[in-house]
Amino acid sequence: MRPFSYDRAAGAPGDAGTTWLAGGTTLLDLMKLDVMRPERLADINGLGLAEVRLDAQGLHLGALARMAEVAGNAEVQRHFPVVAQSLALAASQQLRNMASLGGNVLQRTRCPYFRDPSHAACNKRNPGSGCGAMDGANRLQAVLGTSDACIAAYPGDFAQALVALDAEVTLRGAAGERRMRFADLHVQPGTTPERETTLRPGELITGFTVPAGPWAARSLYLKVRDRESYAFALASAAVALDLDGKVVREARIALGGVATVPWRAAEAEADLRGKVLDEASATRAAEAAFAAARTHGENAFKPELGRRTLVRALLLAKRMEA
Amino acid sequence: MPDGFGTDHQRIDGRAKVTGGARYASDVVVGNVAHAWLVTSAIARGRITGFEDAEARAVPGVLEVFTHRNMQGAVAETEFFAKGGYVGSTIRPLESDQVWHAGQIVALVVADTLEAAREAAQRLRVRYAEEAPAAGFDAAGVEVVAASDAGFEDAGVGDADSAFAAAAVKVEASYSTPTQHHNPIELFTTTASWAGGKLTLHEGSQFVHGLKHGIAAQLRIDPADVHVVSPFIGGAFGARGSITQRTALVAEAARRLGRPVKLVPTRAQGFTIATYRAETRQQVKLAASRDGRLQALVHEGWEVTSRPDAYKVGGTATTSRIYACPNVRTKVHMVHADRNTPGFMRSPPELPYMFALESAMDELAYALDMDPVQLRRINDTQREPIKGLPYSSRNLVGCLDAGARAFGWERRSPAPRSMRDGEWQVGWGVATSIYPAHIGTATARVTLLPDGRARVQTAAHDVGTGAYTAIGLAAAEGLGLALERIVVELGDSDLPPAPVAGGSNTTASVCNVVIKACEEIRARRAQGQQGAIEVYAENVPEGLPPDSIGKLYQGRNALGGGLEGGKQAMAAFGAIFLEVRVHDRTREVRVPRVLGAFAAGRIVSPRQARSQLTGGLIWGIGAALHEQTEIDPRSARYMNDNMAEYLVPVNADIRQVEVLLLDEQDTQANPLGIKGIGELGNVGTNAALANAVFHATGTRPRDLPVRIEHLMA
Repeated sequence: MRPFSYDRAAGAPGDAGTTWLAGGTTLLDLMKLDVMRPERLADINGLGLAEVRLDAQGLHLGALARMAEVAGNAEVQRHFPVVAQSLALAASQQLRNMASLGGNVLQRTRCPYFRDPSHAACNKRNPGSGCGAMDGANRLQAVLGTSDACIAAYPGDFAQALVALDAEVTLRGAAGERRMRFADLHVQPGTTPERETTLRPGELITGFTVPAGPWAARSLYLKVRDRESYAFALASAAVALDLDGKVVREARIALGGVATVPWRAAEAEADLRGKVLDEASATRAAEAAFAAARTHGENAFKPELGRRTLVRALLLAKRMEA
Repeated sequence: MPDGFGTDHQRIDGRAKVTGGARYASDVVVGNVAHAWLVTSAIARGRITGFEDAEARAVPGVLEVFTHRNMQGAVAETEFFAKGGYVGSTIRPLESDQVWHAGQIVALVVADTLEAAREAAQRLRVRYAEEAPAAGFDAAGVEVVAASDAGFEDAGVGDADSAFAAAAVKVEASYSTPTQHHNPIELFTTTASWAGGKLTLHEGSQFVHGLKHGIAAQLRIDPADVHVVSPFIGGAFGARGSITQRTALVAEAARRLGRPVKLVPTRAQGFTIATYRAETRQQVKLAASRDGRLQALVHEGWEVTSRPDAYKVGGTATTSRIYACPNVRTKVHMVHADRNTPGFMRSPPELPYMFALESAMDELAYALDMDPVQLRRINDTQREPIKGLPYSSRNLVGCLDAGARAFGWERRSPAPRSMRDGEWQVGWGVATSIYPAHIGTATARVTLLPDGRARVQTAAHDVGTGAYTAIGLAAAEGLGLALERIVVELGDSDLPPAPVAGGSNTTASVCNVVIKACEEIRARRAQGQQGAIEVYAENVPEGLPPDSIGKLYQGRNALGGGLEGGKQAMAAFGAIFLEVRVHDRTREVRVPRVLGAFAAGRIVSPRQARSQLTGGLIWGIGAALHEQTEIDPRSARYMNDNMAEYLVPVNADIRQVEVLLLDEQDTQANPLGIKGIGELGNVGTNAALANAVFHATGTRPRDLPVRIEHLMA
């Protein structure tokens, strides 16, 4: 860990050298590992921004609300089950107690080549140095949204719920406040894997709005992993359905554990629209979702597991009482 | 009310542990301590060509950067423990420019503060001339050596190959077990301080007298000038039995700086500065007559080890002796690769090798169309087949029967894929557990005070198993006292020596000598001796040489019993029954219940015995389903060296765990009939799980851990 300055932020914006400290559950880890070397930490925990509120427009979440608090909120559980579940199934209780929503969506990848600077090759940590994971230990890495430069998987869960439900994110920066689609926050690695988001320098996430919709109540998050708790997803699916009897009016689908960013499965959604939801249609949709998958050895099982996970999630959501 | 053997009692050190009163090695506050941070090698094979240390040395508070440039010759070469020495690895870091494995210590940075030491370590640049390493089995450049070349005796009897060829029913399969790391919660910390030429070490140790003598040899000092303090140990599992090389480096740094030095390595560094369970490959052939009687057993194993050290576990010594079989052939090979030296990890031979044997027994049961419990009953024996030694006691059949009854085994439908609960395929599996019963030469001092309290002092170790309580109960038994009146002191090299906490020998070794001391106290009291009565006792178990006492005082263990030596075979037995559920679509494996029935001699301290066996069953589930150290085949580096990605079971993975303890009296094994239970619970559990997965799915897992992708075909 390198020396850094620390102060309590009175409010955004910060200058370009500022790194925001909220729960610290990713940042402090990576500082100790010498992966992140911020010069200035501004502690935002005094800023409030902890709102959890439902109204006719939808669900309003402050960026500093803690994961555990939102996961345990009975209203969120009832009206936006996919949001509550994606938070409850992430990390451990201790981490959920500390971690903020704003920090959580910016959680850095768990790719081992990124997390240890003694690995020479990592384009994300050290642009142009190559990718250690491409032909290495990559069982947990991505099959969707990858590039020749990077296959690091996006590790979070909550972001899939936000992407699926067309959430908006609110940002505060030098030019004042702005809102954008949450789906536009993360960017695929392409040739610049070091650039992970569209945040401007010094900009701060202040909150999220998840719009109400007829699908929000019939929603769930299914996470498949190597152990029952405290593990990253091998594959996960955030699913929300608006059904007319057995027929899908609208399906909202996002995938986790398999992609470089929170992954909206638009092809699968389009495939389901107007169809009777059953094993066959769910399977076709899952095939569409993974049509573009590219595997790299150890993660060759992920497209198949991802398809199965999505089918299971869709059929579970169909059976929900909403 | 006097307590004694069999008293159900909470841990006498439990309150101290849960209230923070128990001081572990890194809790001890030493004045004026300097902090060390390790720099470890990024390459697995090659040479260090230089250091850029100006930036590191410029960090305020840095005292010294130790490398081979200034430490060469500081630590003496000592023998590998398996050759009668003390060290678990003969690779001496900071001795030369040679790199033997990834994560080898290449520098030790010492500073006034931990933060400065860490920052300086991160600013130190090391230049290497790298060579392509051999990471493991499939790599070019590994060297395969028969374990028999290193003195290992491959057990065998009869003509297994001819019998296999001629037999009516046979199975043949290859199995593998993964690299696994102990990951005790307490890191591999060391604090070294010198005063008047005498060295004090605060370090969690499974063998304080071994550490004392080993470090003395490494630093070329008188063992009498070394004091090792290790009253509490935050998990050991074999990782703290032999000496790691970091201790001598910390002690030498403290000597040179004239200041105590404290090292708290990282979790990741623990993967490479200590030992681990090496991956194995195994091939098993079993043949039987149509009535299920074994005719031939062939078991071959390959185990990875480091380049310089001939470490192997050789579990065929056990698997060849469990069942009645007239024709047995075994062979163990070591595969030298560019890796750190592996070492003991809970049930070192039995956990991997019993996985293969007990999986093969399940395969044979299906080939015979026979219940797998019945197959094990049919092949039970009261004599091990290699030398024909009688078992001192053996109640495997009792374990199978009691376990099957309690588990409801008769409700199992035998065909694979025949049991189901909604979306989940259900499978039930069984396996045998065995652990050789060891007892070692030990000493203890027991003092009966005039006020009716007593003190037991011995340099035995409570590695979290409950040894404090078990040893206290032995004194309570011997003196007719309540446990509350007994103080137990362990884990200090100034105390009379006791063996390494390994091979599940502590309870047998120490209780026997404590009882001996107590008998002497009672005799003296009966003769009218007044005041405090202090008795020092030594116990050399039957079959061990008298000079084993002298050797113990030099930090060398003498362990007897087990399956191979002496006039009889001694082992504890068990039967593991386990249920899995496998999701029919996404293939997660869940374990709703596991039951172990054990016959393990006299149970000294029932509550802690149940705790050990329960923990063993849980470990067995983790060993089968979760634990695997991932290795990059190109760089020979461990990739998931953290507790988020090195998976062990969490609470949610463990549901119903049941332990049955059968009554067993065995005065043949040792006077008190104690067999040891520390490692018994996890043996066979991995096979029971794999067998249950086969029963649930029809897919036979032969490679651990069982993972989702293996079950998706």
